[in-house]
Amino acid sequence: MNVDLLSFARGPALKFALGIFCAGVVWRILAFCLLRIRRDFNRPRNSMLKYLWTGVFATASRSWPHPEFIKRTGAGEALGYSYHMGLFVVILLFGPHIAFLGSLFGITWPGLPSSVITAIAVVTATLFLGVLFRRVTTPVIRMLSNFDDYFSWFITMLVMLTGLAASAHLGARYETLLAIHILSVDVLLVWFPFGKLMHAFYIFPSRAINGAILARKGAAT
Amino acid sequence: MMDSTRDPTVGETLRKHGVTRRGFVKFCTATVTAMALPPWMGAAMAEQLRNSPRPSVIYLSFQECTGCFESFTCSFSPTIENLMFNVISLDYDDTLMAAAGDAAESALATAMKTNFGKYVLIVDGSIPTGASGACCTAAGRSAEDILREAAKGARVILAVGTCSSFGGIPFADPNPTNAWPVSAIVGDTPIINVSGCPPIPEVITGTLLQYVTTGEIPDLDEHRRPKAFFGNTIHDRCYRRPFYDAGKFAKTFDDEGARNGWCLYELGCKGPTTYNACATLKWNGGTSFPIESGHGCLGCSEPGFWDKGSFYEAQSTAKWGRAGETSGKQVLELVGATVALGGVLGVGSAGISRLHQTHLEKDRNEDVTKDEP
Repeated sequence: MNVDLLSFARGPALKFALGIFCAGVVWRILAFCLLRIRRDFNRPRNSMLKYLWTGVFATASRSWPHPEFIKRTGAGEALGYSYHMGLFVVILLFGPHIAFLGSLFGITWPGLPSSVITAIAVVTATLFLGVLFRRVTTPVIRMLSNFDDYFSWFITMLVMLTGLAASAHLGARYETLLAIHILSVDVLLVWFPFGKLMHAFYIFPSRAINGAILARKGAAT
Repeated sequence: MMDSTRDPTVGETLRKHGVTRRGFVKFCTATVTAMALPPWMGAAMAEQLRNSPRPSVIYLSFQECTGCFESFTCSFSPTIENLMFNVISLDYDDTLMAAAGDAAESALATAMKTNFGKYVLIVDGSIPTGASGACCTAAGRSAEDILREAAKGARVILAVGTCSSFGGIPFADPNPTNAWPVSAIVGDTPIINVSGCPPIPEVITGTLLQYVTTGEIPDLDEHRRPKAFFGNTIHDRCYRRPFYDAGKFAKTFDDEGARNGWCLYELGCKGPTTYNACATLKWNGGTSFPIESGHGCLGCSEPGFWDKGSFYEAQSTAKWGRAGETSGKQVLELVGATVALGGVLGVGSAGISRLHQTHLEKDRNEDVTKDEP
């Protein structure tokens, strides 16, 4: 059997990475969800329906800074949302990505022209650099950052850059660039459940839970 | 005055066949252009051809389907008859020659002995080494023996076709005959790989012509293929490339996209990773090439093309499993197994954490009891 780098990347390496990703994500979510919640002996301030609704509402309301803080954190949050949207567009609407996802899930959908995707990817990568700059230059964020933050940034950036190089045929033969791109995706999939990339699964539930808890606490008036 | 004791030069042979000097120079210029060589090479080629005797060429066929030789005979420019009658001396080819049996083998032995160190050896097909070489024999000798002997006196070897260049289909998993490419058997003689299943006729004759007219090995890529023909991917030169850039892909072979000539990437076209001249030289004298006929490139000029998964799956798709294809069932099996594993690990971790929580609460309660007056 003649196996080249591309066959390895999209074959055994991808299978291994996808396996680690699925097992890791389920492991971490279950390990979190099955923890014992400390019993709250206080009488609820609101009805259960009300605090569940508040949880859902908080998921949206906490996704943008309160007007009081908007000057201080609005730009940073906008930067974060922008590159996330760029990432989603590139991942979900690029023809070869649709073909890849279609091979895994059996469904495909219309994509965007490659030139538009390339432009969005360049803007996204630039925004991503801006995010790193903000992390390094803001004292509080810098103090809160650790290896996890920087490695998660690095591996995501690597996937973007190798993808750009592969689509533009820059630096090496297409099959080599594509293999490196897929290998970087494999590394990202392996890292995903164990690093801060897991925020993809935690961020909205944690906002909902916080909202619900806060709606339950305190005295009813 | 021509010396009757030596072989006639190419120039003399051409004059004998009524080819004018002007026609000869035009032929050299056209050949140089086709091979993307610098313009000054035309004059150098004409000079070299005029004064050199026709080089001896020996064509050996091993574990192959004769498709490459069929392709060789279909060359439009230069034509096979033009090459054979004017430029080379094809001294042995068991498919084309009238002689058979001892007469043919005697012709081979004579050609190798007479032109030792000077002849061009063309090899077509892979070399099976399994079963002590019994899978492919000629005149009672194994392909490996014949190749080793012929390679000793060759000035250069042209491995024509993917089988002789990279092993091809016989080399594919599970390789029942333990077949190998020429480069795995021959170590010392320079090898030029002209891959393809089959190679483009003009690429075979063009490479041969370039070597016999210049006497130099052309610039080769890392797979020892002439860069003049294998320097770009088919995707780079494909007339459907604008549709790839525009994100317009045919989804099936008979949908609107396919009828409109959109990119065949999602139908498994291997053009982006295949280095060949199909999109520029095309086939049948420049008539068409597979993508122009509505079928994706199979990547036949690349090493291991038979083992690289389905011809009909996009190259960005996942690929695993025995057949090299990823089906929904295989994905479900993988996800199911790993989710189950993750579930067990998650429940186990939660159980350990709960035990830890219980201990902490117990310790805390004991501390509170101690502190009570």
